[in-house]
Amino acid sequence: MELYALTLHEAASLLEQGEVSSVALTESVLGRIEAVEPKVQAYLALDQEGALRQAEQADLNRKNGQVGPLCGIPLAIKDVLCTTSMPTTCGSRILEHFIAPYNATVVTKLADAGSVLLGKLAMDEFAMGSTSENCAFQTPHNPWKLGYVAGGSSGGSAAAVAADQCFASLGSDTGGSIRQPASLCGTVGMKPTYGRVSRYGLVAFASSLDQVGPLTKDVRDCALMMNAVSGYDPHDSTSIKLEVPDFTAALQDGLKGVRIGIPKEYFGEGLDSEVDRTVRDGIAMLQEAGAEMVEVTLPHTEYCVAVYYLIAPAEASSNLARFDGVRYGYRDRSADTLIEMYNRSRSQGFGDEVKRRILIGTYALSSGYYDAFYKKASQARTLIKEDFAKAFASCDLMVSPVTPTPAWKIGDKADDPLALYLSDILTLSANLAGIPGMSVPCGFNNQGLPIGMQLQAAHFNEEILLRAAYNLEQRAGVAGKKPVIA
Amino acid sequence: MKITREEVQHVAKLARLDLTAAEVDRMTGQLDAILSYVAKLDELDVTGVAVTTHTQQVVNAFREDEARPSLPRELALANGPEQNGESFVVPRVIG
Repeated sequence: MELYALTLHEAASLLEQGEVSSVALTESVLGRIEAVEPKVQAYLALDQEGALRQAEQADLNRKNGQVGPLCGIPLAIKDVLCTTSMPTTCGSRILEHFIAPYNATVVTKLADAGSVLLGKLAMDEFAMGSTSENCAFQTPHNPWKLGYVAGGSSGGSAAAVAADQCFASLGSDTGGSIRQPASLCGTVGMKPTYGRVSRYGLVAFASSLDQVGPLTKDVRDCALMMNAVSGYDPHDSTSIKLEVPDFTAALQDGLKGVRIGIPKEYFGEGLDSEVDRTVRDGIAMLQEAGAEMVEVTLPHTEYCVAVYYLIAPAEASSNLARFDGVRYGYRDRSADTLIEMYNRSRSQGFGDEVKRRILIGTYALSSGYYDAFYKKASQARTLIKEDFAKAFASCDLMVSPVTPTPAWKIGDKADDPLALYLSDILTLSANLAGIPGMSVPCGFNNQGLPIGMQLQAAHFNEEILLRAAYNLEQRAGVAGKKPVIA
Repeated sequence: MKITREEVQHVAKLARLDLTAAEVDRMTGQLDAILSYVAKLDELDVTGVAVTTHTQQVVNAFREDEARPSLPRELALANGPEQNGESFVVPRVIG
């Protein structure tokens, strides 16, 4: 097997045993990127020289006994995380040449763990989208079927992992943006509990919903990445002071005594029959592993799309007010007045979906509409959160599909924003409630497109997700399957 | 209609966005569809329900009141589209 095809933990073992060097791993991955990137188009920025330099340093550090948990492992991150060594574009023209003055806390943590940063990955502009087609520069393809979407908004992060163009990646998830592309590309993806991982240096989309998390080749890799990025950060006052467990300890065989809830609302109308069957097969495997199944109900699920598409755009319209052509980003130079300069810079710098959400958000917050839209959505959010609290009284985690359908053709839903919003229905609630959620490969449809299973648990209970995911992975027989990229 | 062309233009003005006539037309149609959908919330009785603006109850995350180094000026200015080494330069605000 080529080195680039290894999982993160396999690569880490070989490094530890002295069987390979970080330079060899990095060269192998860079070779893989050169071979498949013209087709996959996952990377917005690639730092070959910097990566090789970091790999040499990692090899040297290892020789000197300074061995971080991810020492010498080449990784890549979504281009929404600030880095001083490469531009941070957020997939937007307005930030095309922006070099951040500081690193995101998760970037520092990955570096402190000894990893090698390969580059920055494609995404929907400002993480707004479900296909990555809103990226101003390129659209990543699904490695399992070129010409099909990789999902979004962390589409590049999922495609790069699925295509073995990095050992693992980071994405961000505001309404499903890690779990949905992970599901469509057949990788593992974790949206941690809100507050588990620092958001410092994550360019804000919707601050009460955003969370950084890993996309990986298997469940053990996910646990290792969670170990590296979790924890309180004084730079993020919404991160929580809570001890971080060793997440790999959760990877135990068997689910005896674990109660798994099946939310009936997640298996409703519009669910693709192959997705339904594959996820139900997965549920049977969890049962074989010893879990007890209970039916649960989340009665306000039907309102989550409406609630989310008021709250997220409202927060976005406020967060994106900072892009005004003054301190960073694109400026229109033809304007004579300050207001004209703001208007033209923003209008030329932002793409359609970003403008659409700024308009919805501004409308929902504007005088006369605030109570009817933003306030009402924030009250409904309480009901959604309470649904979860009640459901978790009778189960330890919940399983469901991640998306109503597998991946679709690039361009197919590009002109119908509402149809795309509706496809997020199964992932939005976790962000509204702040709970952790995960996507784990479960099977394939008859066209060979991956189908994931979503797992959700109560706040700060990522360990039960990892344990159930690990047991599903042992039985589903899809881990280690690779796409043929052609 | 949930939203008119004029309302879209008004909201665009509040959001500091210039929209072309074609953009106003397209956005009016799309926003109308989205707002018609979110009107689903009208079915829901939320009388007496508290709002959720954050899912974790963190109150007053204070730190010690000590001076600390902050971002150096040149670094803070480095991405400015126009700057003079001391401040950001913008078109004249007061005539």
